[in-house]
Parts: sequence; C-alpha cells; structure tokens
Amino acid sequence: MIQEKLWQRFTFAERLSRFAVFLGFAVALALSMRTVQIIPEFLYDAPTQVADLLGRMWPMDFDYYPQGVHATMMETLHIASLGTLLSIFMAVPVGILGANNIVRQPLLHWLSKLILVSSRSVNTLVWALLFVAVFGPGALAGTICIAFRSVGFVGKLFAEALEECNPGPIEALQAAGAPWLSLFLKGYWPQVAPAFWGIFLFRWDINVRESAVIGLVGAGGIGMVLDDALNLFFWDRVAVILLSIFTVVIVAELLVTAIRKRII
Amino acid sequence: MSGGTTTRRPFQTNWLARAGWLLAFLYALYAANLLDISWERFLIGLDNGAKFIGEMVPPNFSRWQLLLGNLIETIEIAIIASAFGVFISLPVGLLAARNLMPAWVTWPFRTFIALCRSFHPVIFAILFVKAVGFGPLAGILTLIFASIGFIGKLFAEAIEEISLKPVEALRATGAPFMSVIVYAVLPQVLNRFIGFSSYQLDANLRNSTMVGIVGAGGIGGTLFSAFQRFDYDFLAAILISIIALVMVSEYISTQVKKVFQ
Repeated sequence: MIQEKLWQRFTFAERLSRFAVFLGFAVALALSMRTVQIIPEFLYDAPTQVADLLGRMWPMDFDYYPQGVHATMMETLHIASLGTLLSIFMAVPVGILGANNIVRQPLLHWLSKLILVSSRSVNTLVWALLFVAVFGPGALAGTICIAFRSVGFVGKLFAEALEECNPGPIEALQAAGAPWLSLFLKGYWPQVAPAFWGIFLFRWDINVRESAVIGLVGAGGIGMVLDDALNLFFWDRVAVILLSIFTVVIVAELLVTAIRKRII
Repeated sequence: MSGGTTTRRPFQTNWLARAGWLLAFLYALYAANLLDISWERFLIGLDNGAKFIGEMVPPNFSRWQLLLGNLIETIEIAIIASAFGVFISLPVGLLAARNLMPAWVTWPFRTFIALCRSFHPVIFAILFVKAVGFGPLAGILTLIFASIGFIGKLFAEAIEEISLKPVEALRATGAPFMSVIVYAVLPQVLNRFIGFSSYQLDANLRNSTMVGIVGAGGIGGTLFSAFQRFDYDFLAAILISIIALVMVSEYISTQVKKVFQ
C-alpha cells in the first residue's frame, strides 16, 4: 500500500496566522465601512463638481508664472536642499547612536530610536505648523520643518547602512590603535558613503515634493502662492501652480535617478 | 631589484570630496542668505519655542471623547483607503510591468502611476474636498490615489525583476493569460506585494492624520483648529496620541511581516 502524503508549503500554525491576519483586516474593513460617515449625495454630485473644477482651471493663466510663481518655486527648491543638508548634520549622530555595532549602550539606542520614530510619525504639515508657531511664517520655519522631518528617514537608513558594514577594516584600524574619529572616517565612512549619498538624494527628491505643500500652513515656498490662489478661487492660477510643481517633481526624480545610477 | 623606497601615503587626500563639501557649505550660506535665515531669528524662535513647549505641558486629555472619536475616524480612513488602494494597484501594477505587457499598455498606466506619485497627498486632498465636499470621503479618495502611486510603482518594479522561466514554461504548455499570471507571476511577487501593502497601511495611517488639515476628515482637522485657537495643551495631547497610534501600527505591521516571511 502506498501511503498518501499530502504536501503542504506551510505548517498549520503558519496557515492559521495568515488566515488570522486576513480575517482581522476584513473585520476591520467591514467595521470601518459601516461606521465611517460618508454622505452619498456628495459622491453623486462629484462628476458635476469635477467638470466645474476643470472648466475653471482651463485655460490656464500662464502669464501668472513669471509674476508670482517662479520666485517661490526657487524658494521651494532652496528650502528642500537646505533642509536636506541640515537634516544630515542632525541625522549622522543620531544614526551612529542607533547603529548597534558602533554604540553598545541600550539607553542611547533607545534615545536614538525615540528621536527617529517621533520625527517620522509626525507628518510634515504638522511639523510645519509647529515651526510656524515657533519661528513665525516664512522659509526659516519651512527649512527647519523639512530638516526635522527628514532626520527620522535619513537617520534610520544611515543606521541600517552602518550595521551592514564589514567589520574587517574596522578591526584592522582598531588593532593599529586608531582614534575614534579616524575609525569612523577611514573605517566606516568609505563603506557607507555610496548608501549615504543614495539616501541623501532620495530624501532630497521627497523633500522637493514636501516643500511644495508646507506653504499651505505658512512655512514658505510655492505652497503659500497655492494657498492664496485657492482661497481666492483663482483656479486658472491653481492649475499653473500645480503644473509647475508637477514639472519640477518629475525633473527632480529624473535627475536623482540619473545620479544614483552613476554613483551606485 | 632596486632598493629605492617608495613612500605611499595610506590615506590619500581626496581633493574632489573636499571641494564638494566646501561647495555644499557655500551653497548653504547662499541659500540661508536668500531665504532670510539668520542666527538672530533663530534665537528669537528658540525663545518662542520655550514658551510654546511651556504651554504644551501638561497635555490636556480632558476632551478625550473628541480625541478618541477622531482617532477612530482616522483609522477608518486609513483602513478603507488601503483596502481599495491595494485592490486597485494589483491590476495597475501588473499592467504597468514592461516585461509582461506591450508598450502601448504600459505607457498609460506608468503615466497614471507617475501622476499619482508626483503630487503630495495634501494637493489631492484639496482637489477631492472640492469634488466631494468636506469629510472622510475626500480623505479616503486621496489616500487611495497615494496608495496606487506607491504600491503600483513598487509592484510593477517587483514584477519586472521576476524570473521569466516559469512564465515561459506555462506559456509553452498553452496556458491562458490569467493562468500565467496566477501561477507563474503572482507566486514570485506576492510576498513583496504584502510587504508593500502593510507598509502602505502604515503610511496611510500617518497621512490620514494630515489630510484633515485641509478638511478631508480625521484627526487633522481637530489638530489644525487646536493650533488656530492656541490650545496648545490639547495640541500636545493630540500629538502624543498620533505618535502612539503610529508606534502601535508599526508594531502590528512588523508582526504581520513576520507572519508572511
């Protein structure tokens, strides 16, 4: 007699836990769908509203670009670049504290983790609101907001890159009695530099997007012009602003992809 | 063999890198000057900041019912948007993968994904608030588009990296298109797809705390009005609950990823 053998890819426990995840999500979805407050009339009305919106956006007010948009667009780019540079200065120490092959102090780890998580879990716009309350409206608040928001992202990825370092060169330097700074500059840095510049470029790309909207709460850049145009219902101007944001974002992304290909 | 000693410096000075750092420093000075950022303004700001933080402590949780209701709405927006976003981005990602589809199919879908990605969710939220009015529906639609932009792109890239051997094998047996997708493509990418999806659920939760600032439902609206009324102790309570919510969701998504590894 040949014994029947049933081949299965996953164990019973694995299948059960997978099923539990799906079930949990389905229950959460069903509950949400039942309780969330949606007014169906608004949804039926949407096509008319969208048609109205597009009708008001077209033709675009292209003359507005040189008058009001261009200067703020440059300001947006400067906020993004300066904010990213500033975030590096904050993220490098935090990242070093967070890498568990360099610093072996649980307390410092925990501190670094706390900084990284709070930076990432507070949204850019919320950071912008906070810093507008502190520094007053303008590009200073925007730059610092971008920097604080980026610390979490850059720091986390930098710490991960440091943790993946090959210990060989570092042990060699330690054996030669190198001081800590040389250990970092000649042992770790050459190994993480490509990853670091990759992270930097990636974050700059994200920051270009984000600095375009922080102006909505008064933190400088093109968002402030957008906010004015929205409040005054100048939809033809809104269209021009959106088009210019779109163009800049696409160009930034192409640029970053091209540079990343060369350095990595 | 000549006995001449060649001295070799172990660590050569990289002048190019030094010039680069100098350039970055000069740029920072230039940009700071242009943006009217100065040390005095920074110091005045620090003074304000101290006052600001002084008013934030102790956090005021007395209106916890409002806070809880808003948090639940935020979670609901994130869950519904993730569910729809994930289901829509599955076909969108498939249709945008260049190794499975002809160019005339991928181009429109790739453009659509690029469009979804290049605008910040807040801009979508503004447009959807105009289209469907204030409330969570606008937030849900916003985050659906954000999810398509993110998952669609990564999913398409994941499909472009698959091994084509199973696909060829199935095609050689004359399997119809859907069978090729279900038995040759999806098994190779499903784990990554689930990873992206759980990440996106996280991201949607973060973003759904923000769409309310422009009136698209969730806790953002309350946050914004607390700012405008200088109600900073309640604001601190809101921020603490948002951070706690995000930490819990990160924990859950790590656990979910473990299940699917």
